[in-house]
Amino acid sequence: MTENGDGAPLVRLENVNKHFGTLHVLKNINLTVSRGEVLVVIGPSGGGKSTLCRAINRLETISDGQIIFDGQVLPEEGKALARLRSDVGMVFQSFNLFAHKTIRENVTLGPIKVRGIARDTANKRAMELLDRVGIAAQADKYPAQLSGGQQQRVAIARALAMDPKMILFDEPTSALDPEMVQEVLDVMVGLARDGMTMVVVTHEMGFARRAANRVVFMADGQIVEENTPDEFFTNAQTDRARDFLSKILTH
Amino acid sequence: MDELITYAPDLGLGFLENVKLALVAMVASLIIGTILVAMRVSPTPVLRAAGTIYVNVVRNTPLTLVLAFSALGLSDQLGLVFSDEPRSNSFWLVAMGLSLYTAAFVCEALRSGVNTVPMGQAEAARAIGLTFSQSLTMIILPQAFRAVVAPLGSVIIAMIKNTTVATAGGFLADAAAVMKETFDQTGASIPIFLGIVVAFMVLTMPIGFFTGWLSRRLAVVR
Repeated sequence: MTENGDGAPLVRLENVNKHFGTLHVLKNINLTVSRGEVLVVIGPSGGGKSTLCRAINRLETISDGQIIFDGQVLPEEGKALARLRSDVGMVFQSFNLFAHKTIRENVTLGPIKVRGIARDTANKRAMELLDRVGIAAQADKYPAQLSGGQQQRVAIARALAMDPKMILFDEPTSALDPEMVQEVLDVMVGLARDGMTMVVVTHEMGFARRAANRVVFMADGQIVEENTPDEFFTNAQTDRARDFLSKILTH
Repeated sequence: MDELITYAPDLGLGFLENVKLALVAMVASLIIGTILVAMRVSPTPVLRAAGTIYVNVVRNTPLTLVLAFSALGLSDQLGLVFSDEPRSNSFWLVAMGLSLYTAAFVCEALRSGVNTVPMGQAEAARAIGLTFSQSLTMIILPQAFRAVVAPLGSVIIAMIKNTTVATAGGFLADAAAVMKETFDQTGASIPIFLGIVVAFMVLTMPIGFFTGWLSRRLAVVR
């Protein structure tokens, strides 16, 4: 079976383990993400969700096992790793927009410097993407002049500008004021509808129900349960998941 | 006051040498200091170690020894010659020594600037596929520079005053050397002394004000 075939998963994690000193944060993780799939990872804090997400573009190294992206084992470092990362978008909890660059420059930097796209073309594309996330009017401002929700939408545009094969979302709404969560989720739902492959670490159960193809429940470094959102939220199989859901859904 | 007026042309020419030394050392030390800080934050252990050793050796060696080593060790013993003309040769030896010395301080100022840049900036740079050197030159260092404009100003001011130690490297034409020579001939003169102090203040104080203003202007808002 070739890894690049249509049916083959885009990402495959095989027996992945990670230790932080004596802490075993990822325990024998096996997981696949198909092309076009929206995978939501939920679970209690400290359960390894973010580490899992960050391992997929090797912002976290793993102790053993392997991660295969688009048919290729993740390169360890150097140019090959940079090339892989350019194909995997990442949206962070704390936005991490480049503080000394304008919104437009944030979006065009990768296309120009990594992809070698002409500045004019990159600018045009950036404006289209900023328009799509509703920030076109702020293109010449600096990140600190925007609200959290706006910054996070710029961060999504920055990821999209690379034409990534997938986007990782590491708790994209956790640092936002409540009234800004929806504007970011709306953009993400739009992406999901357009067929973007997404791995989303989130506490937003509404998003999971609306947009996810599959929910993975992680606790204590393990994947405890994997199911469709409907099945998971109405009929969780494990005590650990039911316990978690009862704590967050009763309010 | 008369002696100051009498010797002003000589002292002025000497002071011009201080200015020339300072200009060369400023450009060279900023460049070398930037290379050093890139080494010190690089993921390659050998480069990191080399940068750390360089900075700690040079920063902890008295400048007079650095300059004496440039002249006596590198030039006389090891044959490093910039020019056949002795005065020009000693100028460039002193400029080199002063640049290499100041670069260590520039490096450390910049490194404290690098530490003000949040981890997430580097992560975001890597996540869009920038290589280490790209993320360093496009994301990390520009923000680091902006954070340390004022401390860099202090490093430059100290360097400008350090040009008066040029004699230690065999360069005998700067204002301090001319002053000493004049005093040897005519006896110490407070007006000459104060005149040189004022000349240096005219040079260094605007740098302090300018870098202070620039640091507020360039500050990265987070």
